[in-house]
Amino acid sequence: MVQYIIRRLLSAIPTLLIISFVIFAILDLAPGDPTGNLPMTVPPEVREKIRLSLGLGEPMHIRYYKWLVQFFVNEPLNIIEHSFGIVIGDGENRTRILSWATRSPVIDLIVERTPQTLWVVGLSYLFGILMAIPIGIIQAYRQYSLFDQIGTFVAMIGFSVPTFFTGVVAIIIFSVQLKWFPMIYDTTLEVNSWNNFVLQVKQMIMPVTVLAFYQASQLSRFMRASILDNLNLDYVRTARAKGRKENAVLMIHVLRNSLIPVVTLIALGIPSIFGGAIITEQIFRVNGLGQLLIIAIQGADIPTVQTLTFLFAVLIVIFNLIADVLYGMLDPRIRYD
Amino acid sequence: MRKQILFWVSLFATISMAGSAWAADRGRDGELKLLYWQAPSTMMPYLSGGTKELEASSIVIEPLARYDNDGKMWPWLAEEIPTVENGGVSNDFTSITWKIKKNIKWSDGSDLTSEDVVFTYEYCTHPDTGCTQSNYYNDIVSVEALDSHTIRINFTVAKPFPYSAFVGYNAPILQKAQFENCVGAKAQECTEENFHPIGTGPFKVVDFKPNDVVVLEANSNYREEGKPAFSGVLFKGGGDAASAARAVLETGEMHYAWNLQVEPEILNKMAEGDSKGTIIAGFGTAVERLMVNFTNPDAALGEDRAEYLGGNNNRNAHPFLSDYAVRRALSLAIDRQILVDAGYGFAGKISCNVLPAPAIYASTANDECKTQNVDEANRLLDEAGWARGSDGVREKDGVRISILYQTSTNSVRQGTQAFIKEMWKAIGVETELRNIDASVFFGGDIGSPDTYQKFYADIEMYTNTFSGTDPEAYMNSWTCKEVARRSNNWGGNNMPRYCNPDYDALATQMSKTANLDERIRLAKSMNDMLMQDYAMIPLIHRGGVSAYSNDLMGPVGNEWDSELWNIADWHIHK
Repeated sequence: MVQYIIRRLLSAIPTLLIISFVIFAILDLAPGDPTGNLPMTVPPEVREKIRLSLGLGEPMHIRYYKWLVQFFVNEPLNIIEHSFGIVIGDGENRTRILSWATRSPVIDLIVERTPQTLWVVGLSYLFGILMAIPIGIIQAYRQYSLFDQIGTFVAMIGFSVPTFFTGVVAIIIFSVQLKWFPMIYDTTLEVNSWNNFVLQVKQMIMPVTVLAFYQASQLSRFMRASILDNLNLDYVRTARAKGRKENAVLMIHVLRNSLIPVVTLIALGIPSIFGGAIITEQIFRVNGLGQLLIIAIQGADIPTVQTLTFLFAVLIVIFNLIADVLYGMLDPRIRYD
Repeated sequence: MRKQILFWVSLFATISMAGSAWAADRGRDGELKLLYWQAPSTMMPYLSGGTKELEASSIVIEPLARYDNDGKMWPWLAEEIPTVENGGVSNDFTSITWKIKKNIKWSDGSDLTSEDVVFTYEYCTHPDTGCTQSNYYNDIVSVEALDSHTIRINFTVAKPFPYSAFVGYNAPILQKAQFENCVGAKAQECTEENFHPIGTGPFKVVDFKPNDVVVLEANSNYREEGKPAFSGVLFKGGGDAASAARAVLETGEMHYAWNLQVEPEILNKMAEGDSKGTIIAGFGTAVERLMVNFTNPDAALGEDRAEYLGGNNNRNAHPFLSDYAVRRALSLAIDRQILVDAGYGFAGKISCNVLPAPAIYASTANDECKTQNVDEANRLLDEAGWARGSDGVREKDGVRISILYQTSTNSVRQGTQAFIKEMWKAIGVETELRNIDASVFFGGDIGSPDTYQKFYADIEMYTNTFSGTDPEAYMNSWTCKEVARRSNNWGGNNMPRYCNPDYDALATQMSKTANLDERIRLAKSMNDMLMQDYAMIPLIHRGGVSAYSNDLMGPVGNEWDSELWNIADWHIHK
């Protein structure tokens, strides 16, 4: 197993290098100018000076090389220096990846925004899973019952109605009409007292519910299908014939086997949490990683887009590996040695 | 919960009312919540050209003089506005001397001196800084500190309107002590300084989260006693314009929301009835207009397509738009009020001038355009010999009045296009509509045939404006030498390819005139000449729309400077 993991990690290195180059090339070739959003009153000479000050005067391969050094050497060194309070080499003059829009290190922006994204999107993912699994089990076990019918109907609504619709409906009902929850997410709120905790919960309820509903709709369908596949298999009949209680048959034999594909799906979905829920973040002004990415794209802030998309690529590669390893642990038939 | 808080606050307020000095206490009104749906990405206006950054930084760092909502200039950090009369501007207009107010302190307690002003000039004009506002410091030889509170700016040329450096929210004063080591290439790396500039304004930055939120608190060293009324500002960003309007007008969560580009019917609905807020519109110089092509854009002409060739009576004249009667008829046929109501609402009003503001420059000579007059338009065309063909489209000598009308892709603009097409149909004019993605249309790519500069169409529509309040440079846009053409890589500002020696003569005269009344007369007559020649057909005077909650006092809007220009005076209505 360890050998397998090491082999996979090593093979990920060239893959990621190629991905980083492809992203860089696409962004470089795509039209888009960091000075494009400036007002028409800014003359062309000034625009040219701004482009030069952003380092756009150099050819593409040099800029790519600089980005590689900054991402793989300078930024990790900087993190080490910060976490251990030591100085390695010439820390003062080491260049970092700077966002063109904010002129601040991209990694700092990401670190600043990760908490709210994890809280809102991560929690909704967790709640989505917690809702989907029991719902899927009951739906499958009582196939075609009223519960199953209603569940299927609600799930269909859940993943066919987009979150930008449910989000706005939620705002109009709960913020405008009922005035229960704030419609604007306050990222400056620090949870340091009971009152603030209540405020934090209040401002998280709407975005988390909207997203969790969407996640649960999808996952519950997979869960239901997976249990249905297993319920008709021979080992279930054997277990029942042995005289095991129905509860044990379902919760021990069937559930464990049915979870295998679902767990893989869940693991593969985790990187998308970091991608943020772009639209939901916009609607509720959570201003997490998703909003950072979309603003960077709109403003042609290429270093930010490049770094963020590459980090997503890294996460996807890692969670693919984790899914494979989990697969082996859940299913004794699969061995990597 | 909310009601309870309100109860306690009002109880507290009543008790403290008993104390006499209460009304003048700084920070008495708690936190002011501003919502800018486009969030500021930095607090350094010199490294960003965006309005959102200029607005955010304007409450922290300040210029020597500022414009109010009528476009009138007021001394801000300066004692007075220098003029020739008070000796502040030299008689030959080659230098201006500013005196800054005594005893102004930075928020860190140190004194504002002329060194800071000189430094700001050096910062922005350093070639490696990449200063986005450097055009505000054009034509300057040197900026020198005459003493600790006097600065003289020496110009390379005579400047009849010498107020651009250090005036308005584009050109505020930085603290030398803070930015000394951030000049040139280093400017990019001074993240800490760029996010937390030290200023002289009513508030100072406590926490800055780029593209998300700025937390500010009242500047305890602010020059005016008892101001600002708020103890702090929460400057929240993100989301979209419609929900920003909702947060002020419907839920009342925020005090102020900026730039509400929302469909008129949605905004009207939010603003009526028991709305929690009020809408204000500020009008600057932005005019949505139709540019009339005076040259022939026919593709068969190859290289000479839409190229001004000059010569007697313009050798490459447009087949039908060169006829005055046609241009005038096109303008008369438009019902501008419909365009305003359908597409702009609060954010627009009818305009018959390309120079609609400041108020002193606005001409009333062209008000004919305010009312649609289809009969007169038809009469003009009949008289000029444009007769309706069998399909209802007018033609003369084999030339059909068939217009290709282009603009950028934008739902409001496409709506306007559709209305105008119908209105022109009523006078026997056929119109083909075209819209081009804004990044291409305004992109200025010399290789692209679809830019607004190349103008390969008969009519094109967009908005233009100018910064500051002096129209000289703007009005120069329609002189002969500004014609966009091959030889200047279509870099000129004169899109209609309008070339009139009389107009050029007025422009030359203006560049030599300093007297304000005379300048006003010249600017008005230049505007009138363009309008009465129908080189452009103005449609809508566009403004910025904001909303503020009913309990907030002070916002008046401003298109000449920051909308937050008078934030020190904002307070809660008791």
